[in-house]
Amino acid sequence: MKSKKKDSKFRIADAFLLIMMVLPIVFGMALNIIFTPESNGIEIAGPLVYFTIPLPIQSLPITEAQINSWLLIISVFFLCLYLTHGLSAKHPTKRQHVVEWGLEQVDKLVSDNMGEFFKDFSPFVAAIMVLSAFSSLMTLFGLYPPTSDLNVVGGWAVLVFILITYYKFKCGPAHYLKSFTEPVAFLTPLNVISEFATPVSMAFRHYGNILSGSVISVLVAAALQGLSAMIFGCLPGFLGQFPFLQIGIPAVLSVYFDIFSGLLQAFIFAMLTMLYIASGFPEEDYREKLKRKVTAK
Amino acid sequence: MELAIGIILGCCALGAGMAMIAGIGPGIGEGNAVAKACEAIGRQPESRSAVTTTMLMGCAVAETTGLYALVIAILLIFLAPGRLVNILVETMNTLG
Repeated sequence: MKSKKKDSKFRIADAFLLIMMVLPIVFGMALNIIFTPESNGIEIAGPLVYFTIPLPIQSLPITEAQINSWLLIISVFFLCLYLTHGLSAKHPTKRQHVVEWGLEQVDKLVSDNMGEFFKDFSPFVAAIMVLSAFSSLMTLFGLYPPTSDLNVVGGWAVLVFILITYYKFKCGPAHYLKSFTEPVAFLTPLNVISEFATPVSMAFRHYGNILSGSVISVLVAAALQGLSAMIFGCLPGFLGQFPFLQIGIPAVLSVYFDIFSGLLQAFIFAMLTMLYIASGFPEEDYREKLKRKVTAK
Repeated sequence: MELAIGIILGCCALGAGMAMIAGIGPGIGEGNAVAKACEAIGRQPESRSAVTTTMLMGCAVAETTGLYALVIAILLIFLAPGRLVNILVETMNTLG
């Protein structure tokens, strides 16, 4: 009897977490429907501006991309709570197996690509991967994907840049400055430029891929609409207006541009994050420095 | 005035089209990468997953130059005409 009661409580908590997971997405869709201006035909535009916060120097616009990424963060938070709800060592549930498999995969990926020193990096890498993947998949709900806004992806790239610089600073500022003059001293300006090119190229790669996918989808949809109007336009009445060619064909493109490309870009962003951080860190010098400290004591 | 605006719009569109010539480079590069990956898988079928992962990574990195061109083309089509026309109108107003 007692176990059954506990079971029903467990189920209620589960349902609550699931509802909280779906609610932000529904809220985002409702906001999108409310704020979308009436338009005639297909057009390519940036994110909608929901409202602006007036500030002394320049007013701060709060766009669809920002709101959507916050809603996504809430949703993913409840997804994590749902997946880790009711963990037990003796009777693992199905979702616990899924979570453990995912964790093992991420741990393996991180330790394969970054080495033993960065073993604790897997939560960060997994967070970036999940956020990026789900952001790109938001197009499936008809929401504006935050990753096709340069500001969102640029923020992540700046975060990664700060981490890279932090790990380069581990051996002291002198070592950091000296690393620019390698292999030859007159290459210093090029090294400085390539240092700043890293976050720019990361941000542009992700943003450009997602944006180009949505632009091409819109163009193909418009072309198919025109084509079906041209071919079936002679049919009488309702049949002549109906865009037959728009059924199904855009969905095939969507499988590539929204699902495959989005997931691939998430994987690549996480991969590049790991590779840049691990390759920027002078591991041997750091170990020598630690050794010298120990011997000095 | 209309002529100037027309020239601005036309040149922006031309520039966007010319920027996308850069798409040739990544196309050739990624084609090479995939060809080599196919060869490698043919030689060592058991290393398929590692080769595929590395190839996708390399393709994504090789795509970067093409995406720079794409970003510039998008800026030229969607942002530049409005800005340039605004600047033109302002200068015309100040000149009288």
